[in-house]
Amino acid sequence: MGMTLTQKILAAHAGLDKVEPGQLIMANVDLVLGNDVTTPVAIQEFKRMGAKKVFDRKKIALVPDHFTPNKDIKSAEQCKIVREFAYEMGIENYFEVGQMGIEHALIPEKGLVVPGDLVIGADSHTCTYGALGAFSTGVGSTDMAAAMATGQAWFKVPEAIKFVLKGQLKRWVSGKDVILQIIGMIGVDGALYKSMEFTGEGLASLSMDDRFTIANMAIEAGAKNGIFDVDEKTLEYVRAHSERDFKVYKADEDAEYSQVFEIDLSNIPLTVAFPHLPSNIRTFDEIGDIPIDQVVIGSCTNGRLSDLRVAAQIMKGHKVHPRVRTIIIPATQKIYLEAMKEGLLEIFIEAGAVVSTPTCGPCLGGHMGILAKGERAVATTNRNFVGRMGHVESEVYIASPAVAAASAITGKISSPEEVIK
Amino acid sequence: MIKGRAIKYGDNVDTDVIIPARYLNTTDPKELAAHCMEDLDPEFKNKVRPGDIIVAGANFGCGSSREHAPIAIKASGISCVIAETFARIFFRNAINIGLPIVECPEAARDIKDGDQVAVDLTTGEITNLTTGKVYKAPPFPPFMQELIKLGGLVEYVRERMEV
Repeated sequence: MGMTLTQKILAAHAGLDKVEPGQLIMANVDLVLGNDVTTPVAIQEFKRMGAKKVFDRKKIALVPDHFTPNKDIKSAEQCKIVREFAYEMGIENYFEVGQMGIEHALIPEKGLVVPGDLVIGADSHTCTYGALGAFSTGVGSTDMAAAMATGQAWFKVPEAIKFVLKGQLKRWVSGKDVILQIIGMIGVDGALYKSMEFTGEGLASLSMDDRFTIANMAIEAGAKNGIFDVDEKTLEYVRAHSERDFKVYKADEDAEYSQVFEIDLSNIPLTVAFPHLPSNIRTFDEIGDIPIDQVVIGSCTNGRLSDLRVAAQIMKGHKVHPRVRTIIIPATQKIYLEAMKEGLLEIFIEAGAVVSTPTCGPCLGGHMGILAKGERAVATTNRNFVGRMGHVESEVYIASPAVAAASAITGKISSPEEVIK
Repeated sequence: MIKGRAIKYGDNVDTDVIIPARYLNTTDPKELAAHCMEDLDPEFKNKVRPGDIIVAGANFGCGSSREHAPIAIKASGISCVIAETFARIFFRNAINIGLPIVECPEAARDIKDGDQVAVDLTTGEITNLTTGKVYKAPPFPPFMQELIKLGGLVEYVRERMEV
């Protein structure tokens, strides 16, 4: 029996010729990532381990992005712990406010992940880098601490579900709709402990940003990782962002999968996940009139340049509904700058939206757009659990940037076709 | 042997309800415990007693990687979590910080709120002391038993670094 793409990368990093599902391995990591919420706990554990220095100061990335710019005194103290540790250990990839962005948009942009890498991060959306053909997964703070000290982490080799993509997405439909449809189909634990491997001729039509969005939400189906075959688009992206050498792995022809799904991209409709699970999906024929109070366009899922371009294309020449607070958050400083140069920010501001510095802020109910009791938001984020964005009786509807932008204008959950005829 | 009273929850108990992000600006276990389960069960912090066992449905601990979630549960005095399945990052985190967890769909479905439950981690045997029914969960693989025996990943790494 051959190996899946994930199994090949795990075997190579464990120094093994072959691994099998269920096998426990100790593997070398190429990058260890943490943010301002998870890293302070990791630093405590790192010290408890008796570690004096990190295994490699080039292979650790610390990105204070959740509660930054510091939202309160306690958060400021947490960020200070991270900052002081970064300077003390000489960590090269510490990104201060000003260079900082939302970690999962920033790390690929900085070229810190290349195909074939093994990455762990103390943030569940670390699975985003699977878009680059890397094995990348979320862990907790203690795992992060151990990996910072030893350069290794333990893994149970996962089985895989294969998604064979064909066809092309219709107008306004994006990677967000693809992953929401998949989560709706297999459920929030449909890929529990497994990898989701994306392959097929349909891949060629998906932009890198669409792939990042799809891999990003693999965790929302319970997956250990989501991973894409490497193609010309991946290579082009990597060459533009990194100078590192890399190896491209491919699944064996005779690799075994626990399930195989064929997905025709041309059949994917615009999709919205209703409260309170990402699997609770609806299409526009089922939605009806749902008035909203807030729109958030941003996050590690959908705060990239192409997301902002789509939102601007819909909002251009329109005003946001007077009852809808519309918050746009470019995911990194570079995206912010490019959006400014392209005139996108002007379109947003003219429309009556606010544009924020990069932060995870509202996505996890941290700051910069918290919901009151009974309020509803359409957000391009990734989770809509009870109380996720604020009050326990508030509601989050997850959608693509196109749907979020259209909804901001109409004041209710809307398809882009309602705004652009 | 772990013994305690069951506190029962449903499927997909996520880390946002276990410990809402608004409290993640601290790492103090006592402060985190004061808000444990707040958005799912505001009464939890008043009713939980040392040794109690959380019994839940599928995909317990789904969502974010925040280790603050198992830390808050452990600091609340919970001695063990039994669930049909666990989300994988929560599973790792619980093992790594030494919060005992057991995956047993049958026990998770049968056990009722308030039942007295005993758990033997070495054999994977779960006994509902209220009904007398016994369940068998697969014991942890040797690698994890070693981790647990040493007291968690911190101790495991400390031992390896000393070698």
